[in-house]
Amino acid sequence: MTLIDRDVQVADSALEVPIVDSPPDAQPVGWRHRHLLDVDVLSWADIELVMRTTDAMREVLGRPIAKVPALRGRNVTILFYEASTRTRVSFEVAAKNLSADVVNIAAATSSVTKGESLVDTVRTVEALGAQMLVIRHAVSGAPYLAADVFSGSVLNGGDGWHAHPTQALLDLYTLRARFEGGSLEGRKIVILGDVLHSRVARSNIWTLTAAGADVWLCGPATLLRGFETWAGRGAADGRRFHVTSSIDEALRDADVVMALRIQKERMASGLLPSLREYAARYGLTRQRLAAARPDALVMHPGPMNEGVEIAADVASGAQSLIEEQVRNGVAVRMALLYLLAGTVRP
Amino acid sequence: MSGRQIMTADEIRRATIRISHEIVEKQAGTARLALVGIQRRGVPLARRIADAIAEHEGVSVPVGALDITFYRDDLSLIAQQPVVKGTDLPFDLNGSTVVLVDDVLYTGRTIRAAMDALVDFGRPQAIRLAVLVDRGHRELPIRADHVGKNVPTSREEVVKVQLEEIDGEDGVNIERAVEAATAAPVG
Repeated sequence: MTLIDRDVQVADSALEVPIVDSPPDAQPVGWRHRHLLDVDVLSWADIELVMRTTDAMREVLGRPIAKVPALRGRNVTILFYEASTRTRVSFEVAAKNLSADVVNIAAATSSVTKGESLVDTVRTVEALGAQMLVIRHAVSGAPYLAADVFSGSVLNGGDGWHAHPTQALLDLYTLRARFEGGSLEGRKIVILGDVLHSRVARSNIWTLTAAGADVWLCGPATLLRGFETWAGRGAADGRRFHVTSSIDEALRDADVVMALRIQKERMASGLLPSLREYAARYGLTRQRLAAARPDALVMHPGPMNEGVEIAADVASGAQSLIEEQVRNGVAVRMALLYLLAGTVRP
Repeated sequence: MSGRQIMTADEIRRATIRISHEIVEKQAGTARLALVGIQRRGVPLARRIADAIAEHEGVSVPVGALDITFYRDDLSLIAQQPVVKGTDLPFDLNGSTVVLVDDVLYTGRTIRAAMDALVDFGRPQAIRLAVLVDRGHRELPIRADHVGKNVPTSREEVVKVQLEEIDGEDGVNIERAVEAATAAPVG
């Protein structure tokens, strides 16, 4: 709903007339996507638009009152079937900064525990006013099912092993801000650890290779299963990435090292001998990081198992971008909520 | 150039200089004065006015840029989200006199949005409004303090301001809406 009901009527009867004094400039590129389910459907122009809009949101976050009325009266419902701190809170803060009304549903305390199906839950929250739905689910593809039955916009907050598009976009934004001219062309970026269970890795492969980075996946062979084939075949447009179990080869002259969380909750038995052995062979320590470029950047999508995939002093060290990732997460999610809100009329 | 020209480059220059004098006269000086251009064409206009003030008063007045996109009241009506161009207000608004600068004053909704945006940054002592062209058809109780040129128009017409900094040349034209819709880029 707009600010005043009467405005709507005036505008409805005269939609051909520019509503503001200066008609908006011809759009170089417009946002066409109703949902954000993964990054694989985004063109480079789409990604650039997200990055530019994120710049504007960063400026908003720096204001004395970090809040704008762009999504006033919109209902953003956050439906999380998996534990989360940063992604859920980040979406909530982002939606509130845009003046949206936020409804939070934690599946653990909802009717889901009484056996309600995903589809029924989505229909219910829509009947209760949800216009934008942020969903996280342990099953890969669940947000696609939600998008089929939901009449508004669905944003994927992470589904199973499959995708985590907002994380990939915030990682890209965070890196672009650190490199000359915002270009990742030819930069060696290592994604290290539990790649097998990682939706963060799968989404990041798309965006980072699209940005022209030299992407390396590294971890124990058991946690890289299937990626060899994908790497051999190449990503879309013949874009390629490397897969190796040698941490020395991966870290050599790396520009960026992104450590992934060992996902104990998704781990089938037999993939790792023990966390201790993993930490000894693949943990990102200061010593190992020395093989990378001296100014190499360290990232982690969180939450961290300090002392397992990343040493505490590396995580909090001068090369770490981890806090910046969290800060940029809010701005990127504001940008995406804003852009998606334009594709569905309330 | 298409349509009917209503201001030439020289007329824009003279109007800008006159407005710069009026602003200083109304403020009785330049103390605590700040100019804020509304994206996009208000921004170069604000810079031009500041340059003119610098020339005749020898004082450099701070200039900011304001993007009102997030404050529009029609975000739910237009087909696609407008591209955000950015806000930069590099001075303290509290207690200052802010002169909003825009190219065309029409319904007044942009100015309403701009005032809402400004007060989120602080509490100016006063907000004034300077526009290059006032084309009438107000939908809100808003008027300009300084006007380059009053131009009676019909709602079917579009006033296109072109500025060298953005469009490569200076000029103000009136076009029929149909014509304007096919001409690109629209100002």
